[in-house]
Formats: sequence, structure tokens, C-alpha cells
Amino acid sequence: MKNTPFTIFHEKLGARLESFAGYRMPIEYTGINDEHRAVRERLGVFDVSHMGEFWAKGPKAFDLVQRLTTNDVAALVNGKVQYTCFPNGKGGIVDDLLVYRMDEETYLLVVNAANIEKDWNWCAAEAKKMGLEVGKELYNASEGTAQLAIQGPLALKAMQKLTDVSIENMEFYSFAKIPFAGIDEVIFSTTGYTGAGGCEVYCDNADAEVLWKAVMDAGEEYEIKPIGLGARDTLRLEMGYCLYGNDINDETSPIEAGLGWITKFTEGNNFIDRDLFFKQKEQKPSRRLRGFIMQERGIPRQHYEIANEKGDVIGEVTSGTMSPMLKLGVGMGYINSEFAGFGSKVFIQVRNKSIPAEIVRFPFYKA
Amino acid sequence: MSIPENLKYSQDHEWIRTEEDIAYVGITDHAQSNLGDIVFIEVETVGEKLDKGDAFGNVEAVKAVEELYLPVAGEVLEFNEELEDSPDLVNKDPYGKGWLIKVKLSNPAELDDLMGSEAYSEFIQ
Repeated sequence: MKNTPFTIFHEKLGARLESFAGYRMPIEYTGINDEHRAVRERLGVFDVSHMGEFWAKGPKAFDLVQRLTTNDVAALVNGKVQYTCFPNGKGGIVDDLLVYRMDEETYLLVVNAANIEKDWNWCAAEAKKMGLEVGKELYNASEGTAQLAIQGPLALKAMQKLTDVSIENMEFYSFAKIPFAGIDEVIFSTTGYTGAGGCEVYCDNADAEVLWKAVMDAGEEYEIKPIGLGARDTLRLEMGYCLYGNDINDETSPIEAGLGWITKFTEGNNFIDRDLFFKQKEQKPSRRLRGFIMQERGIPRQHYEIANEKGDVIGEVTSGTMSPMLKLGVGMGYINSEFAGFGSKVFIQVRNKSIPAEIVRFPFYKA
Repeated sequence: MSIPENLKYSQDHEWIRTEEDIAYVGITDHAQSNLGDIVFIEVETVGEKLDKGDAFGNVEAVKAVEELYLPVAGEVLEFNEELEDSPDLVNKDPYGKGWLIKVKLSNPAELDDLMGSEAYSEFIQ
């Protein structure tokens, strides 16, 4: 089991640490609801050092990333970030990720912790085919990179104290290499997985301790709280963001997952599975990932069946929880397209009961 | 982790406190801590006679749901109504205000099969 450079702080704070993707990660510190509200109302800090970082460099880097991902890398400019996914060559998804464009020939790919090895093998095989030197023009920096997410409406205001560069007005999904918290250079990006605003900061492991202390000090006057993976899940679910392994996987396509907006059929974007996804988009997928809100007391959980009024099974829950802000059960799952219209009533099979729910648009919670 | 000496404990992390042939049942501090924030408790077995080990309800936490098992056979007399509005009492006071059900024991001798505080303390190590 691996530690992150911040594990020592989690231990001191009395976090419940559990194994996640090969790392000992904090699940919660003071309780999911408490941490969740801190991020929605003020700010919180997440250790996300378990995430993977790959770098693609050189004259073939653009072609590689364009080939590997569904979004259009040609639309990305220096200093901007793009949400995208790797198709798996069979109409499924290897992983979802962020792509950072440093310059024309340098891209940072941030992938899910649980998929680092799978993603690396996938990307390296494609890189080899395209003539890139693996280990040099594509390399895996996951082990040496630490990352914190500081999220919430007060996050940027608090973090502004740690740098002279103006960050409070940075556009959403952009980044800059800046001096921060006394560290010569971090990657500072206005990204996140909570819908609450804020940033993510990448640095070398060696600078991690300095970073943590500075972030906690800067956030103190706003009552910053450390946040575990438990609240990370409830926060992303309230926004309807997909979690790889739950809502998307090797057998779901971005079209049926509602990720058509990151699947760009622009000229020159010849990504893996383009033709397959195009056909699926034209013919309409047979099932769709939808969000629903429970209309009676009950919490949807992964793998619960979804039924129609007649009791026929029409889908399955992929994620669910009690929304800490709405105080209602919310969930997402794949539903046969003919029953998946917004406003439709479905029934979630919670143990021996059939609980009505309404299909709604994401996000569940609007800040 | 609190483990009061005057209670009996089951391997499913329930505690039981007896007064003659009436008993109160709840979940242990260890169990509530593992579950995290509890959202609601569902008990629909009031009035039913259950066997030892039967499920008498469910506890829904933010991150997971767990079934609740009766440590000894008995009739479920009452559900702690206070939990309807304040399920967090189970987190805050698992052995006191966070009790779950009141039971009339069918066979008090079964209590001898349960663990004492020391044995339970070792069990959760």
C-alpha cells in the first residue's frame, strides 16, 4: 500500500484511511455531511495525489493525444484544459481524463488513480505504433507528482494570498505555471470535481509538505477543512459528474453516457472509435445515462434495478447517495432510451420496495 | 472507541441491554463509526416475532446501507421514534439516545451466547 506525500497530515488529523487504488487515502475526517457542506459553503482541501500524470512531448505529441482522445485537441490553446476520454477500440471507455496544453508540443494528461497502469499500457502501445519514444516522448510522472484540490466558493480568494499572480479572475478550466506558496513553480489550474469552484495544484513530491501547510494557513481565516474521498463522491454526484468504474467503464460509450459534448466529430479529429460513435450518435443509443431524484424516502445504490410503471426492468443504478444539500436520494444509471425522457417517472428497486423517482437534468444541485 | 461493560454484543456489531425480559438493541460505537453519517433507519418489523439473527431493519448511511440483525430471538415491541427526525443520534449517542428497538425476549438464555465488553473489544481489534 502506497502513501501520498500528505498521508502524515491525514494521520495527524485523525482521518479514517482506507485502501483506494493502491493508496492509503483519507475517506473522511469529521463526517461526510460536514465536509460536503464546508466545500459548498466555504472551502475544503483534498489530497488527490493518487491521480496519474502522463506527459506527451515532441513533434508527434499532438497527433498522439488527438488519436487517443475523443475531444478535439486542435481546439485547445496554451494554458487551457480539456475534459475528454480514451475510447477503447471496442466502443467503450478506457478512462476519462483532463488534457493540459502547455505548448504545441507538450501535453499533460491527468488520469484516474485506479486506471494508471491500464491507461499507461494503452497509451504506450498507441505511442509506439505512432513512432513516439516511450519513456521520453510519452512518460509517466504519476509517482513523483503531488496534487491538492482546493474547492469551494472561497477557495480562490484564500489561495490568492499564496501568489502574486492574479488567480481570482482566471477563467474556468485554464492553468498557469506560477510561483506559489514559496515554491518556484506549480501547475495551478482552475479545475475540480465538485462544481463548487476552486483550483487544483500540482507540484513535485518534494514540495508537498510546504504546499499543504501553506494552503491550510491561507485557508484558516475562512475555516478551511480537509475533505475525504467520501465527500468527494457526494459532491461530484450532486453535480452529475461521471465516476469511472461506476458510471462509465470499458462497456459504456461516451454517447450513451451523455458525454457527446466531449466527443467531437470535427474534421481532422480521427480518434479511436470515431466511426462507431458517429454511427451510434446518428442512430441514437439504446440506453442513456440519466440522473433521477427519489420522490419518497430511499437511497439508490449501485446495481439496484430501475423499473418502469409495469415493473419491467429498464435499467440499473450506477451511482447513488443521499444528497447532503437537497436531503433527498439522488442517483444515476443507464435507462432504456424509450423510458429515459426528462420528467419521466421510474421506480428504483430498493430491497423489497419499489420507490418512485423522477428523471431530471444534471446538476441535481445548483449552487 | 466506547464499549460499555454492562452490555452484551453480537458479531454483527449490535449491542443489547436487558431489563428482566425486555431489552433495548442498538448498534455499537464501532459500527456507527464505520458507517459514518447515518441518514435514516428503517424498521418495519414492529409487532413481529423474530428469530435470533433475523434482519429487523436497515440503516442507511450516506455511503452505504447495512442490514440490522436481532442478536437474540424476540418480539419487536417498539422502534425509537426519535430517530425518525434525528437519525444522527445513532452517531452521537449509540448506546443511549441512539437505541434502535425495544424487544421482548423469547429465550433469555440466548444472551449467554453473546460477547461481553472484553470479548467484543478483542473481536473488533
